[in-house]
Amino acid sequence: MSERVTAKATGPDEREQQVLDRIDRARRRQARVREDRIVLAHGSGGKATQTLVEAVFLDAFRNSLLEPLEDAATLDLGAGRLALTTDSFVVSPLFFPGGNIGDLAVNGTVNDLAVSGARPLYLTAGFILEEGFPVADLVRIVESMSAAAEAAGVQVVTGDTKVVQRGKADGCYINTAGVGRIERDAPLGIARARPGDAVLVSGTIGEHGITIMLARGELDIEADLESDTAAVHGLVAELLATVPGVRALRDATRGGVATILNEVARSADVGIVVDEAKVPVRPEVRGAAELLGIDPLYVACEGRVVMVVDADQAEDALAVLRSHPLGRDSAAIGRVVDEPPGMVLLNTTFGGTRVIDLLVGDPLPRIC
Amino acid sequence: MRFVDEYRDGDKARALSAKITALCEPGRHYKFMEVCGGHTHTIYKHGLEDYLPESIELVHGPGCPVCVIPMGRIDDAIHIARQPGVLMTSFGDMMRVPGSGGSFFDSNAEGTNIRMVYSPLDSLKIARQNPDLRVVFMAIGFETTAPSTAMTMLRAAQEGLPNFSIFCNHVTIVPAIKAILDSPDLRLDGFLGPGHVSTVIGCRPYEFIARDYGKPVVVAGFEPLDILQSIYLLMVQLHEGRAEVENQYTRVVPWNGNPVALKAIMEVMELRPYFEWRGLGFISHSAMRVREKYAALDAERIFDLPGIRVADPKACQCGEVLKGVLKPWECKVFGTACTPETPIGTCMVSPEGACAAYYNFGRFTRTRVKEASQA
Repeated sequence: MSERVTAKATGPDEREQQVLDRIDRARRRQARVREDRIVLAHGSGGKATQTLVEAVFLDAFRNSLLEPLEDAATLDLGAGRLALTTDSFVVSPLFFPGGNIGDLAVNGTVNDLAVSGARPLYLTAGFILEEGFPVADLVRIVESMSAAAEAAGVQVVTGDTKVVQRGKADGCYINTAGVGRIERDAPLGIARARPGDAVLVSGTIGEHGITIMLARGELDIEADLESDTAAVHGLVAELLATVPGVRALRDATRGGVATILNEVARSADVGIVVDEAKVPVRPEVRGAAELLGIDPLYVACEGRVVMVVDADQAEDALAVLRSHPLGRDSAAIGRVVDEPPGMVLLNTTFGGTRVIDLLVGDPLPRIC
Repeated sequence: MRFVDEYRDGDKARALSAKITALCEPGRHYKFMEVCGGHTHTIYKHGLEDYLPESIELVHGPGCPVCVIPMGRIDDAIHIARQPGVLMTSFGDMMRVPGSGGSFFDSNAEGTNIRMVYSPLDSLKIARQNPDLRVVFMAIGFETTAPSTAMTMLRAAQEGLPNFSIFCNHVTIVPAIKAILDSPDLRLDGFLGPGHVSTVIGCRPYEFIARDYGKPVVVAGFEPLDILQSIYLLMVQLHEGRAEVENQYTRVVPWNGNPVALKAIMEVMELRPYFEWRGLGFISHSAMRVREKYAALDAERIFDLPGIRVADPKACQCGEVLKGVLKPWECKVFGTACTPETPIGTCMVSPEGACAAYYNFGRFTRTRVKEASQA
């Protein structure tokens, strides 16, 4: 009744305008994902996708470069050299003590840029979601990404979402690519390692890998451990600013410190000798690794840097590293030698010597 | 770390090393076999040979449970895994062992569901959680792992789980040692006895080695100082002209073993008349099978197995390596055709396999390693 009265009072044009205004208001209202779970429609490119993008991703990463939601972000970087990297994250479980796939995806790419000597600036974020994935989990992941990005001083400026049928993915996969500006003249590279150089590591090793293995809950081992996931760009920037003799930096992720050292040895055609007693390993990690019959040197880290530094500046480097919260447990673990080229040797705590080779695949637990 | 560091003390190792060297008679060469793959792993992992004089040679034995499984059994396991609704579980070491048509990993790429577990009880858990799947545990190992398989079977029987079975490949260590002692091409001075096997079977089963073959046996633990001390005890026996079974690993191994574990094994399993060992051929009474009473838990009875015997690849000399006749690097294909990436023989697969241990950790003459590490 009242509507008709209003209609009479305002005329047809105004009525249409009212409806249009209402629709407009509704459209402007902040997008909200109504579903509890990811459905295939969220990846269809239609309204559901748009809602997801706006409500979850744009909301978390909001910045002026992302807001236009174009196919690509346009970046003004001025002159200079850029570093560009990409990394995909498929960790299972998605949530683990010390972090989740979200902060891992940001820190991993930030670290790849940092160890290339670049200041990380912008990231992309690509999501592959499985039908049925809880939206609440996605929001938690994206919030962690947002927090990690803020902590690392980077912006997520473009992204993509795909949804695959149930069973075709493991909940949520994330790909991030990153761009950074190289702000240092002296180039870095593992091929620059020279006999006599010192090998440093920025903290205790293997926490991420062991945490993930235990978080899968298949082993019935409990330990008070957290992933070491962290963005190391600040640590690296301080090191590079004060120690000119840094020759190479690497982020020790999959394959652990042992794999990095083998890459250095091969690339620079040098030998590397590591002193087992000097490698910082937390007792919880050693204990779990002993039980599983795997070597912490091969276990993944997500916030540790392996460095090759001119031996004369190794002490300076350690002092800088140890004054940073992420480098408190930094240690010199070995040295670069002439012979045997391409090989990494370990002086064991026991007093013997052995080869540390590349692993064929993931370390497999031993039987007995 | 407690209970670990004290067994890896370099000073104690140097002291033992000096005592061992002092007992070496000039001009004499000593050959000791470490029966167990776990010992081989420790020896290489810690660089233990650096502490031994040149005149003492360690020969790697057959005690690597993954290494002795013949190809045909891997093929049988994959055959089971291919049956509809089957989820197979196995220890991590098994995943890369090649059968005639590839390993468990290869088989999974083609669609089977073979999962790694840390304990057979985990397989039982999977069976409970997935009543619509037929869960088969690929049981392997010496007397060390047999009790946990037995306990799992007893529990499965108690619960009456209809969808769980085991594919039994358990082997026994003593017949393998006997086969080596009877092999004409090897002259050994003594044995480091398998520590973990002995926690179950005790030390008595080795008495024939001392009594009938006149060789000393020292049951040894798995930390590097355990092994050094055991070598010292062997040297003392030789020096004094004794041949006895001694127990170095007293903190874990009771002289009479573990009667409860043995009873559990004997309840559910019995000796097979014979079993094929990779590289060693058929050895009588050297393996276990599931007893008739527990047929409902026996994958060999549930599934129709091809059971085809597959000869080891011609180039593969795993047999000689398992018997200690050849050093890993003496094998024709070692490190060239046969590597951890592309293993031909089982010894190259398990971290306890002599070839894998040597390839991953050794692969270098003692002198060169010493020079490099002191550079």
